[in-house]
Amino acid sequence: MAEGGKIDPMHQFLIEPVLGLRWNVAGYDLSFTNSALWMVITLVTLWLFMLGGMKRELVPGRWQAAVEGFTGFVQNMLTSNIGPEGKRFTPYVFSLFMFILFANILGLMPVGIVPGWHPFTVTSHLTVTGVLAIISFAIVLIVGFGRHGFHFFSLFVPHGTPVIMIPLIFVVELMSFLVRPFSLGLRLFVAMTAGHILLKVLAAFVINGINLGPGYVAIVSLPSFVLMLGITLLELLVAAIQAYVFALLTSVYLNDAVNLH
Amino acid sequence: MDAEAAKLLGAGFAAIGMGIAALGVGNVFAAFLEGALRNPGAADGQQGRLFIGFAGAELLGLLAFVTMIILVFVA
Repeated sequence: MAEGGKIDPMHQFLIEPVLGLRWNVAGYDLSFTNSALWMVITLVTLWLFMLGGMKRELVPGRWQAAVEGFTGFVQNMLTSNIGPEGKRFTPYVFSLFMFILFANILGLMPVGIVPGWHPFTVTSHLTVTGVLAIISFAIVLIVGFGRHGFHFFSLFVPHGTPVIMIPLIFVVELMSFLVRPFSLGLRLFVAMTAGHILLKVLAAFVINGINLGPGYVAIVSLPSFVLMLGITLLELLVAAIQAYVFALLTSVYLNDAVNLH
Repeated sequence: MDAEAAKLLGAGFAAIGMGIAALGVGNVFAAFLEGALRNPGAADGQQGRLFIGFAGAELLGLLAFVTMIILVFVA
């Protein structure tokens, strides 16, 4: 039996300098990597999208309606979760939501048909999602301590807790509070990584089947390809849901900081 | 047992956790739909809570996936 090509689904997550240029500055590797390149692409796409739609016309065109749909969506989410004060956090949560959404979707784009190019999902690395989660967590801490001072610690003791239970409940609530940035960052990173590994494994099935001959195309490649189409649609859904969940959980955590319990 | 074999077996067992998390995610949406069809007027206001429940259930499945990946690629 002919040997199929080896499936290497992790190669797509490799961070390497663009065009092989490595810049060493004072002993630190400051190369412009493919990760940085795709962050810039995400940012430029986001700017183009926003600038094209921020027209403030009385009767919005299609583009402006799309932009206003997103801003209205985020603002609505914040006011329903936090209350009227939630409006102040709209700029932050909107940037977060749009950046994650665009990064997720751009990572799924079929850029690979251009030779030498490869889409890179920025959000498939814990370093990126972890920093986003830490920023959210830091804002929660700053808002919480800024508004309530040390009274913020009453967040860890729910109303009506029996006095004997307070030490135990405090520790449990503190743990669940401290684990938030990890779960927030980990969820996005793993969801993106898992989807891309799955797609890459199925793509390798298709290519290996084609290399092995017409019989394998019928029983391996074709079903894999159909499955890939379905999974790609599912991944688009997951990309949107994960961006939504990240923004939603940020607003829920902000609600804790603004209103306590 | 060979250490490599034990690692791969562990990764396979970790995959069971993802299936069970799938049950959990399905349960979240099933319960939501059941409630939403009984009282459609209140359904829209609860979508945030739906996704919080979904995120919690999904995270545990993703943790099983992380365990699997660590066993195969890191350990």
